[in-house]
Amino acid sequence: MTSTFLGLPTVAATDTEHLRGEPFPVAARRALADGQLRANLGRATRTIRAKRQAVVDEVDDWQELREAGRALKAATMARLDEHLEQLEAAVTARGGTVHWARDAAEANAVVTELVRATGSDEVVKVKSMATQEIGLNEALASAGIAALETDLAELIVQLGNDRPSHILVPAIHRNRAEIREIFRREMPGVDPDLTDDPRQLAMAARRFLRSKFLSARVAVSGANFAVAETGTLAVVESEGNGRMCLTLPQTLITVMGIEKLVPAWQDLEVFLQLLPRSSTGERMNPYTSMWTGVTPGDGPQDVHLVLLDNGRTATLADEVGREALHCIRCSACLNVCPVYERVGGHAYGSVYPGPIGAVLSPQLTGVEQNATLPYASSLCGACLDVCPVKIDIPSLLVHLRAQHVEQHRATHRLPSPEAVTMAAAGWVMGDERRFAAAQRAGGAGRLLGGRRGVIATLPPPLAGWTSSRDLPAPPAESFRAWWRRTRGESS
Amino acid sequence: MRVALFVTCLADTLFPSVGQATVRLLERLGHEVVFPSEQTCCGQMHINTGYQREAVPLVRRFVEQFEPYDAVVAPSGSCVGSVRHQHAMVARRAGEEALALRAESVAARTYELSQLLVDVLGVEDVGAHFPHRVTYHPTCHSLRLLRVGDAPLRLLHQVRGIELVELPDADQCCGFGGTFAVKNADTSTAMLADKMRHVLSTGAEVCSAGDSSCLMHIGGGLSRLRSGTRTLHLAEILASTEKEPA
Repeated sequence: MTSTFLGLPTVAATDTEHLRGEPFPVAARRALADGQLRANLGRATRTIRAKRQAVVDEVDDWQELREAGRALKAATMARLDEHLEQLEAAVTARGGTVHWARDAAEANAVVTELVRATGSDEVVKVKSMATQEIGLNEALASAGIAALETDLAELIVQLGNDRPSHILVPAIHRNRAEIREIFRREMPGVDPDLTDDPRQLAMAARRFLRSKFLSARVAVSGANFAVAETGTLAVVESEGNGRMCLTLPQTLITVMGIEKLVPAWQDLEVFLQLLPRSSTGERMNPYTSMWTGVTPGDGPQDVHLVLLDNGRTATLADEVGREALHCIRCSACLNVCPVYERVGGHAYGSVYPGPIGAVLSPQLTGVEQNATLPYASSLCGACLDVCPVKIDIPSLLVHLRAQHVEQHRATHRLPSPEAVTMAAAGWVMGDERRFAAAQRAGGAGRLLGGRRGVIATLPPPLAGWTSSRDLPAPPAESFRAWWRRTRGESS
Repeated sequence: MRVALFVTCLADTLFPSVGQATVRLLERLGHEVVFPSEQTCCGQMHINTGYQREAVPLVRRFVEQFEPYDAVVAPSGSCVGSVRHQHAMVARRAGEEALALRAESVAARTYELSQLLVDVLGVEDVGAHFPHRVTYHPTCHSLRLLRVGDAPLRLLHQVRGIELVELPDADQCCGFGGTFAVKNADTSTAMLADKMRHVLSTGAEVCSAGDSSCLMHIGGGLSRLRSGTRTLHLAEILASTEKEPA
């Protein structure tokens, strides 16, 4: 493995408001109590899982495609500094302007200034994870600029004064009855007799958004891909609302994480096959928009690209952890994750939820700022199986857990109770005589067993186990004691 | 064949009948089973909780204990998964390259029970008798780390008298996940609730699996519900005969 360092400082993101929340177990507990949420999530993830499986199964060389995607991403990361400079040169040569932002504050300041320079106090937005990560809408609002989300689900979230809970389906936690209520309450000029028929809901959003598209002078987008050799940016979407934003306004500002580029135009053939099948379960997404700088007389004449670091260089410096930067934001890992399916996206406290969020967010913020996320997984491995670029999320989670333990060790004088327990367990397991002695002592645990031969109540930290599960009382004789009694010391 | 048994610390301590069944089964098939007596634990709990430093001596102990044998078997997909996918990594990160190479060599000949039987020994009919309604939970690490595929089901299909019922959403995690079950007890319990719902929907008397840990979890939940459905390790069903029923 090569070690890659860019010229930018390897520091974690400093504005982490949108990348961390309260401890995962606390947020998860609250989410689990919401029966409506559980039902909405279960139904939605099950549907997407089945759709994805069907369209993946029909591709004979799916595994080869995944491997190609993985290899391309790994090669890109190894020379990211060169590719980024190439991208900057290509965008500039085609009449665009490139801005570099080390963190959220810098990126927000750049975008705010660019919007101000146009004299507009309103922007339309294409769905974008990067702008959520930096809290751009809030930053614009505090500068007196209104940002309107035009992706239907993002609009639902925005009108509902809510937060997205899924990378691809931000309003997955809402059902159509809830959406109707949000529209009736918050959408200017909406028909008060609106029903929860999906078509009626979509048409209401369409009427509302059309007027905005036609009046907006500035659009803000993210980017799914940037091609370094040509300077082309690409946005992949389903509704066409993104295309409206990318073509109608005079000024187009794109905020993109530095890891999203691919070296060559031809590389897109791999990712444009992997992405739609993995994300929406479609063979091809309805709208793929690409633009290269400025085309005189056609589309936006003032084109900007803001390249965002915000913790990515620090992530890149970790030989194991950098694999998280390969993510193409398809969210297949969310849809198969048994933890995500039950708690939903908000419990992760970050704009990046689910398994990929649990390995990406802690790296962007620094693991001690997000120490519960690497533990928000049973390590069942379903995420790795579906990842279109084969990110080994379970191994990354284990890696980040080790980082957390080591950092805690380095910064605390006293070990945590867990560290004491683990050290003790290690000591016992470090010698078979100590282990056998512990088994004999533990055999006394039989006394804890009630009439059913099970232990139903244990003190903390094991109370978490017995809150819902019995534990078998230890048997009278361990296996090794049985072996010694019946076979002697044979081996 | 001479096979070294890695019984796993969990089965050794809480489920000795699983180790005994593994011995009985392999001996019935004509193989010699040895139990390297200084074995303790594979270190997976330490590794998966972040305590890799503490796991290094356990990796070394495992390698030293099992290095002399041509084949090692464990009645656990999870522990074998750790041996195969984590031991060398842990040694390497601790700067112990020589240990890592030895660990890779031992891992290559360490098998989960159904893998050893079907893929190495080439048997599917182990001569078992178990006249009960059974549903099988393929544990995550057997399925996705070791890729045992349908080896356990092929073994179960040959058991005399067994009525095998398919478990709905079988490939979904039961929510155990080691310390996850305690650190995220609420989420773990929600996952377990769905697993139990599916187990109970089959009307099976017995829920079986290849991992004592997952069975401890599912069984602990079923016991709390007083559901009457019991859990048995795959080894115990395969060891079961008319003369010595499980």
